[in-house]
Amino acid sequence: MEERIEAVIEDRREPKDDGGAKHPNTCPGCGSHYRDDELEATLRVCPQCGHHFPVRARERIAQLADGGTFAEADADLRSADPLGFFDLKAYTERLAQAEMATGLGDALVAGSAAIERRACELAVMDFAFMGGSMGSAVGEKLARACERAAERRVPLVAVTASGGARMQEGILSLMQMPKTVVSVDLLREARAPFVVVMSHPTTAGVLASFASLGDVIVAEPGALIAFTGPRVVQQTTREKLPDDFGLAESNLRFGHVDAIVRRADLRPYLGRLLALFVDGRDGR
Amino acid sequence: MAAEPTGPEVEQLRLRERLAKLRGMRLLGGVGVAGELAKLERQIERISAEPSADEVWHSVELARHEDRPYTLDYVERMCDDFVELRGDRTFEDNRAIVAGLARFRGRTVALVGHQKGRTLEERYERSFGMPYPEGYRKAMRVMELADRHGFPLMTLVDTPGAYPGVRAEQHGQGGWIARCQLAMAGLGVPSVACVIGEGGSGGAVAIAVADRVLMQENAIYSVISPEGCAAILWRDASEAKKAAAAFKPDARHCLELGVIDGIVPEPEGGAHADHDAAATLLAEGLELALHEVEDEDPAVRRSDRRARFRALGVFTG
Repeated sequence: MEERIEAVIEDRREPKDDGGAKHPNTCPGCGSHYRDDELEATLRVCPQCGHHFPVRARERIAQLADGGTFAEADADLRSADPLGFFDLKAYTERLAQAEMATGLGDALVAGSAAIERRACELAVMDFAFMGGSMGSAVGEKLARACERAAERRVPLVAVTASGGARMQEGILSLMQMPKTVVSVDLLREARAPFVVVMSHPTTAGVLASFASLGDVIVAEPGALIAFTGPRVVQQTTREKLPDDFGLAESNLRFGHVDAIVRRADLRPYLGRLLALFVDGRDGR
Repeated sequence: MAAEPTGPEVEQLRLRERLAKLRGMRLLGGVGVAGELAKLERQIERISAEPSADEVWHSVELARHEDRPYTLDYVERMCDDFVELRGDRTFEDNRAIVAGLARFRGRTVALVGHQKGRTLEERYERSFGMPYPEGYRKAMRVMELADRHGFPLMTLVDTPGAYPGVRAEQHGQGGWIARCQLAMAGLGVPSVACVIGEGGSGGAVAIAVADRVLMQENAIYSVISPEGCAAILWRDASEAKKAAAAFKPDARHCLELGVIDGIVPEPEGGAHADHDAAATLLAEGLELALHEVEDEDPAVRRSDRRARFRALGVFTG
């Protein structure tokens, strides 16, 4: 019982994160409010203004994969706590809380699937699990997804949503960048196609590693895609930021993504792309 | 039975071996350079002990010391010749990264390193050692050149991080950091990287995907600056010391976690105290590391390099 009491005190000392934030189902674009089942039916896109709400990993998989084709891999994989990291709370406690809150083992769900009848490997990030941060578990799962795709010589489709590296794992979280990069190198050597869908937000260590190495990179409308986010750029350089700083639309204009694809179009778009890659392989 | 060889050189090697056994640690450089045995012994004692929070913070301070040698200070002392190659062949020459061809201990090598400035003017010109995408593109062009001509690649890492600005973002900062890592991953020629000061986040790892990765004794290698980490996790940047103790950016911890392959000793007091000695020790470390990988078949080297980075991480299941 003592532990329980302590945990409550710990929580109180920590300032609340959501100071004055709107309900997650209230549209930040136009202020419309929806029931959860309404948003689910519209793929979590606001029917009024087209704002794309975040999508949890399992829901994203249901949106993209052909019914019943997804077979999860490495579901039991968990990050360890190599540094015995403790800030305001122990890292192990943060991990346990995130798992309780999201029902996920870490911020990436991966497995084999078919999209519009094309076999592929699918790796989907979930921002709700510690901000989609990349630690050892995310890096390992992505690396294994690359290896499975290379082995089966099927495309890998990755959907990213991440604030960057997971600080609580220190330098090992930074090392997930080269780890995922060398895994993409393997994928390329096997000539397995790699398609990346950048959703909001795709930033820092994830953007600066595997996410930017897709053969094709598409973004969701309005997604923040930046190595350094607007607040830090503003604070560090005191530069005046353009209104569309780091947004998908600006990334398209500067040549960093191939297309902006609305969520309703994403599955058919991926289907066409996979068909072009797979059917046309080796000039067939 | 023949007498066992003796003498200070052998004694130093023994000490080194003892240390390696003691802590599963590899030490590079130092033999016959730093001079007398007692000095090396002290150095070894210093490196082999578990660092305290204060010592970790001391490393942070030394890694950022304004008199610490920068890339060009080392190049001047380690290399017999250096021809700088400038520009990314697309847009500009980013001065936060220097690149070129050098003669290093008898061979031609390609060299790429972050470069901080000494004077206010130079610091500004080199954007405090924080590269723009053009810097990584220049690095990649020189890496490709090295691969084409069969020159080993040496990189020196010393940056607070990639430049966090509007133009850098518009020019694709994240993407070029990713592609620079991929370029290093794919090289056929041998490569060795050494963190000589601040190994700050993605901006550092962009040029550190090498066959062997070393750190100088007082360098730091980290996912975020102590101040940044403190601001986010403690919500107070002044808790930087606490943050550094928690995420352990010092060389000894990086070695324990398998992130680096060896520690390059510095002269007593730190690299800033004696640039010449620091350069000799660094050259020794780089040469030893290069020697370990240079006879390998290029394809094997590439797959070993891939395996080295593939193995990093701690997880269950």
